Amino acid sequence: MNGTMRFLRRVAPQIATLAVVLLLIGFVFPGFFDLSFANGRLYGSPIDILNRGAPVALLAIGMTLVIATGGIDLSVGAVMAICGAIAASAITAGYGLPATLLMALGAGLACGLWNGVLVAVVGIQPIVATLILMVAGRGIAQLVTEGTILTFTNDGLAFLGSGNLLGLPTPVVIWLSMGALVTLLVRRTALGMLIEAVGVNRRASMLAGVNARLLLVTVYMVSGLCAAMAGIIVAADIRGADANNAGLFLELDAILAVVIGGNSLLGGGFSLVASLIGAIIIQSVNTGILVAGFPPEFNLVIKAVIVLVILVVQSPAIHGAGVLFSFARRSP
Amino acid sequence: MFAKTLLGASILASMTFFSSAVVAQTIGFSQIGSESGWRAAETTLTRQEAEKRGIDLKFADAQQKQENQIRAIRSFIAQGVDAILLAPVVATGWDAVLKEAQESDIPVVLLDRQVDSSDDLYLTAVGSDLHHEGVVAGEWLVGEVGDKECNVVELQGTTGSSPAIKRKAGFEEGIAGHDNIKIVRSQTGDFTRAKGKEVMESFLKAENGGKNICALYAHNDDMAVGAIQAIKEAGLKPGSDILVVSIDAVPDIFQAMAAGEANATVELTPNMAGPAFDALAAFMDGGTVPPKFIQTESKLYTQKDDPMKVYEEKKGLGY
Amino acid sequence: MTSGQASTLLTASGLTKTFPGTRALDGVDFELHAGEVHALLGENGAGKSTLIKCLTGAYRRDAGDIRLDGASIDPHNTLDAQSLGIGTVYQEVNLLPNLTVAENLLLGRQPRRFGFIARKAMNGEGREMLSRYGLDIDVARNLDTYSVAIQQIVAIARAVSLSGKVLILDEPTASLDRDEVRMLFDVIRGLRREGLGIVFISHFLDQVFEISDRLTVLRNGRLVGVRDVAGLDRLQLVNMMLGRELAEETRDHGRTGIDYAAEPRIRFSGTGRSGAIAPFDLDVHRGEVVGVAGLLGSGRTETAELMFAAAPKDSGSVTKNGKVLRLASPRDAIAAGFGFSPEDRKTSGIIADMSVRENIVLALQARIGWSRRIPRRRQREMADDYIRRLDIRTPDAEKPIGQLSGGNQQKVLLARWLATNPEFLILDEPTRGIDVGAHAEIIRMIEELCANGMSLLVISSELDELVAYSHRVIVVRDRAHVAALVGQDITTDRIVSAIARPTNLEAAQ
Repeated sequence: MNGTMRFLRRVAPQIATLAVVLLLIGFVFPGFFDLSFANGRLYGSPIDILNRGAPVALLAIGMTLVIATGGIDLSVGAVMAICGAIAASAITAGYGLPATLLMALGAGLACGLWNGVLVAVVGIQPIVATLILMVAGRGIAQLVTEGTILTFTNDGLAFLGSGNLLGLPTPVVIWLSMGALVTLLVRRTALGMLIEAVGVNRRASMLAGVNARLLLVTVYMVSGLCAAMAGIIVAADIRGADANNAGLFLELDAILAVVIGGNSLLGGGFSLVASLIGAIIIQSVNTGILVAGFPPEFNLVIKAVIVLVILVVQSPAIHGAGVLFSFARRSP
Repeated sequence: MFAKTLLGASILASMTFFSSAVVAQTIGFSQIGSESGWRAAETTLTRQEAEKRGIDLKFADAQQKQENQIRAIRSFIAQGVDAILLAPVVATGWDAVLKEAQESDIPVVLLDRQVDSSDDLYLTAVGSDLHHEGVVAGEWLVGEVGDKECNVVELQGTTGSSPAIKRKAGFEEGIAGHDNIKIVRSQTGDFTRAKGKEVMESFLKAENGGKNICALYAHNDDMAVGAIQAIKEAGLKPGSDILVVSIDAVPDIFQAMAAGEANATVELTPNMAGPAFDALAAFMDGGTVPPKFIQTESKLYTQKDDPMKVYEEKKGLGY
Repeated sequence: MTSGQASTLLTASGLTKTFPGTRALDGVDFELHAGEVHALLGENGAGKSTLIKCLTGAYRRDAGDIRLDGASIDPHNTLDAQSLGIGTVYQEVNLLPNLTVAENLLLGRQPRRFGFIARKAMNGEGREMLSRYGLDIDVARNLDTYSVAIQQIVAIARAVSLSGKVLILDEPTASLDRDEVRMLFDVIRGLRREGLGIVFISHFLDQVFEISDRLTVLRNGRLVGVRDVAGLDRLQLVNMMLGRELAEETRDHGRTGIDYAAEPRIRFSGTGRSGAIAPFDLDVHRGEVVGVAGLLGSGRTETAELMFAAAPKDSGSVTKNGKVLRLASPRDAIAAGFGFSPEDRKTSGIIADMSVRENIVLALQARIGWSRRIPRRRQREMADDYIRRLDIRTPDAEKPIGQLSGGNQQKVLLARWLATNPEFLILDEPTRGIDVGAHAEIIRMIEELCANGMSLLVISSELDELVAYSHRVIVVRDRAHVAALVGQDITTDRIVSAIARPTNLEAAQ
């Protein structure tokens, strides 16, 4: 079996799930698949899904790597708030766009470094280590914005949230590029294999000469960087940093995306592409609920039921019974 | 029971009358925290109003925790303040500490939110009427569109929260009897800008690119600000193609009104302390017992009210 | 011994169990008498554990009949089997380490008083149960405060009290030392006298010969034969298990050719860490195999970990070809040409979920660095090459290593280090818990490697094995190196006596 076949088999359940979800939405809302091209970009609900799914997709990239090492990063939602707040306050304080972005992305990396050091050097359990920043992060963001929604008018920064690039909304281009970049990075180098090895058996990997500590810190820093990008996009989208609400509960959506992507929370083999499709599945459900016009009281229940169905259908037990698609647990 | 309260109140009034004549009044203020811009503005205005009246305000930030508030009130009692303002973080669990204040003859005024305790445990409550705000917004829309057909989309607050429920019901009451105005879509935007924008995008998609929508009613200004961006990005003009009415009157919506992108907002005044101090003064100086609920004004602002000027006034309040 | 007149207790006939892709059991017959110890033998993958799992209801059989005391039974799960009279004790004791011994013995049926557990009565009952096994311990203490051997006996006591007819012991001696094995065997003999039928599974042939009355050999899911142990030839048995002739593993190979006058390749001087191992000096020459003997916990594993910088040393220095090495981590040691296959394969060796290929290239890849990925085709070539050279039994290189048998896992780990082309390879218990065939191959590999100039340090509990391939044997006792045997002195007797009591060498110090 060659690499392409193996890849297709790995992501088949996710692609099938996405197709079913989209068809369902198309059934409830007939105009769903209409696409049009105006003002130099594509318009339509599918594009909205890709656009609105950008924060979770970006978070899912970092989260997939963290989870592959057997860890978890609960702080990404709070890191989004911090980095969005820093971007908004820097731009309103008169810094240029490059300096602003550098500061916000740097803050994300610093948050990741903090998490990584707590996990890899101090040896705190990932769920506890990242909980610290999850709780404290929103407070830090509020200190930056001084408790208000920090509104800015800089069109350059706003472009990252609501501009168009190559006929697509800028956030779509950003997450697609980041996803492609990280996928290439982990699969064209040995990083992917080393991350998986550390995730499955850290001690054995260390004894085989893998620099597990450095690898763990790096992975949490990538997660912080992804969160920073998501935070900048969210702030740029509404032209303001909302420290209270930016990225709220998105860490859970990111984890869910990774799980829907068929990746084990215990670490080991992972597929970034499957996680990204997972993120888009979640956003499709969200958007589908909005365009379907159900009363809002049902939103969470509908979402929960759909997620439950997806996870049950993808579970290995069902596959053992040979009901649906063949399912390769691990990617190359 | 009522007689006893009156008696106690008058003794208290005569006592404080002497003291207030000699030294400045001391009033404790237990604030919930600074979870929103509105809350920050309320704190700023309370300080300003106290300063204006020569009141020594003792401020305690509870950081969203009831235990901190109870501790703050106890320390106010121990310090022997003349009165206490309380913006309660939750509705229940206040009986004991309110009784302690009553036993020390310190009147308590609730700001902005209500408690479940018996109403003879506090002097009065100052607050807005959420339902009324919705009515004001609805009546404005009725006056604006006249007899024309108008499809309204509604951005609700957080599902199940009392502002969302009451502002929805109030608006429906405001437009009742005008069959030309119909709410065609209603979804929650969780009171946030980001969700406001996202949900508005889906409304525009679902209603023929927004051509079927005549007005947007948002339960708060933040969602309206997000929705205005969505409308602009869809190539429509907010404020003219789609009318925008919302509630709260935070500074950013005045900027939008000045730019012609929003039409009206109903003020949820952060000045709860002004009426509270007035009621306390009347009670302490003249023994006037205020009603148990003092409703603040739900003032309507439109583009005619010089929005830039209001924006400049409000900007400094810490919204 | 007893098989002649004993009555049949448990019979299985025509047992068949198929898994996707393999037929794990193929019409196997098995017969157990009351009052006998019956060994079940076979290489890993022969079908031993599948047979046990079918007998105890852990697996549902596809075909075949099981009879207990003449009546047909069909256990649905292990609890079911237990209530019918078949109890099982596994290698990894499956009791609750944080409960007391008495609680473990009586869990689920503790004596009660007014609805509460009557602790005193429970402890009394527990003590009584253990006294039957000649064990007099404080049953109110937590189970994990006792040695594995005692935990093993507690598990047996519990299983016997719950079932009482058939006792299945799956690798009970794998982590026991010599004295503990003797203690366990006394218990087994006691139970045999009481008329229980005991199924004994072990890789240690000596133990099988010592304790069993009869044995059944399986190979590739089929029954090879049933024999009385008395009068059975050892070579004949190995032959049955492997299905081929295997030369006795005691060939005397050239213990010469090592130039002890030359500078040693690796020299450890005063290397030690307080609490782990006393400072030791050790030279390893080119092409030399240094054996390390000692009981579990004597400090032999600590010696290996210190050498490989897997644990920090607090004294001493290491030189290679006369140059001082700074070893702060396994990475440094690997960079210096070291390799280390640890004792606990599962927790420290294999990356269970990853493929054989990935497990083989891991150490080499880690040494080359993350940025220079070994091309996939090269990885495949390397993996296939080692699979062929070491005769690793796997359908292909992409199979997760966790699904291979212990011996094949060990070969993969050996391949992992051979791929880095080390100058100094440390093997901690390379032949533990693996089947006879793989065992012999690993020993052959060790000899071949040193003949090619590699230096090896091998830790093993199998003294015959050490004697066979070591040029020098270091004996470790009480966390210190206490003796070094060379040349004609390398015999099992000498090693045993060095382990047991102070040697002249030590007295001279």
